[in-house]
Amino acid sequence: MSAPRSDSRLSVLARNVMPALAGAAAVLFWYGARLLMKPDQLFLLPPPQAVLKAMVEKAPALWAATLSTGEGALIGFGSAVAVSFVFALLLSLSPIVRAGLYPYLMILQMVPIIVIAPILILWVGAGLASVTIITFLICFFPMVVNTTQGLISTDRNLVDYFRMCRATKAQEIFLLRVPAAMPYFFTGLRISATLATIGAIVGDVFAGNSAGGQGGLGYLTIVYSARFEIAALYATAAVSCVLGFVFVYVVIALSWLALHKWHDSFSQSDA
Amino acid sequence: MSDEAIIELRRVRKQYGEGPVILEDVSLSARRGDFVTLIGPSGCGKSTILRLISGLSPVTSGSILVDGAEPQGAVEKLSFVFQEPTLLPWCTVERNVELPLRLHGEGAGARREVAARSLALVGLSERSGYYPRQLSGGQKMRVSIARALSVSPKILLLDEPFGALDEMTRDHLNEELLGIRQQLGWTAFFVTHSVPEAVFLSSRIVVMASNPGRIHTEIPVGLPYPRTVETRQSRDFQGLVAEVSRTLRSVERLP
Repeated sequence: MSAPRSDSRLSVLARNVMPALAGAAAVLFWYGARLLMKPDQLFLLPPPQAVLKAMVEKAPALWAATLSTGEGALIGFGSAVAVSFVFALLLSLSPIVRAGLYPYLMILQMVPIIVIAPILILWVGAGLASVTIITFLICFFPMVVNTTQGLISTDRNLVDYFRMCRATKAQEIFLLRVPAAMPYFFTGLRISATLATIGAIVGDVFAGNSAGGQGGLGYLTIVYSARFEIAALYATAAVSCVLGFVFVYVVIALSWLALHKWHDSFSQSDA
Repeated sequence: MSDEAIIELRRVRKQYGEGPVILEDVSLSARRGDFVTLIGPSGCGKSTILRLISGLSPVTSGSILVDGAEPQGAVEKLSFVFQEPTLLPWCTVERNVELPLRLHGEGAGARREVAARSLALVGLSERSGYYPRQLSGGQKMRVSIARALSVSPKILLLDEPFGALDEMTRDHLNEELLGIRQQLGWTAFFVTHSVPEAVFLSSRIVVMASNPGRIHTEIPVGLPYPRTVETRQSRDFQGLVAEVSRTLRSVERLP
């Protein structure tokens, strides 16, 4: 019994201390890089304390922008999840529908947002609506593809078993196919959660504006870079990163809740 | 046990589309309480017979009567145990066992009661809250059998249910299966590749040949029930195993 216990103590140590050490090394490297830079280049890499200072000074603007981007990301992501789920259900029901619609889904995915953004702005105007739609478009594809794949990959033997029990189509879908698709659904959810904040920020770069309120993090990026406030740009990047982490961690927590008891992606000792 | 046939196949032929003939002129009947085992080379259509009886796929010609009705109309009379345990991995053992009742719209109270009884029969009462991945292969198969029993079937169709298990577990489950049959009295159709298993379980062994799948011989097994560990040591048992093996070898040499 002592061997596994010391093993797990080691891994707890590794999990907590190693990232801290790596972070400290990165900060040292940061200062080190500044020592090597020519004086006229130093503005490119403001020291950590300058970034922290900018973060404090710009806190109200950053906070408001984070809320705005967060709202766009959340609504776009949430509606992508809901719509993609219904869509995936429809696609899973018929190979013919799948064959008909898949190429267009691919096209939707291939069209660069940078091209769609101006069109969207013409349609719905700049602001939160455009940002939300852009986020939706970015999140939609991975969700549909993964969920559909999950719904049609149900274990053939289980489907046979349900048919043999004369299960209704609704029972087959909601008691078998949907739960069996959950691991795939959460894979899509994780990909989309990562894309959601990126999508909202990119959308905001094109479609964000401060008219009638506050722009998001993308808008702030444009403002700071126009004003040459480099430290504030770094601060905005850091805040964006944190927002992304919040999304991803919430999804990871949800997938743990839904899957850890039965799915092999979570080890048995977690159960 | 009455003499009335509970399952009757008459001149059954099965062919998928224009493909090869899977079963040709198969006539077979089982009386109430029979334990019929189908054995034969791979591709002889043993499993197909079970699928036809279960109504999962229709016969090409000929007829099947299950307790006097078409297979399609006899669903609630029979239960199927597959080669794989086919449990829902996201449901606990208890939820898996009560699944067929749930699919038939049974209330929660009745479901729990039946699940508890079925799990007791296979000796897994204390595992009811476990998830399938926490069980061994033999335990999963027991759960699968408990699930099949939860609808109180008259007929149990078992398609190589113990094929993936080690010999010790298999022997043990064979004894348990006969013990449960003693209590509940269903009729069984069983498919296996193992001759000793066939002899130990069956009241009759049907040896099949392939290309096309057909019945070669029927061998009655006269060993008295209840059968126990000692049955396997008896001279009669050994003799039957030798006879069935011999027949099986001769079948495999057939064109």
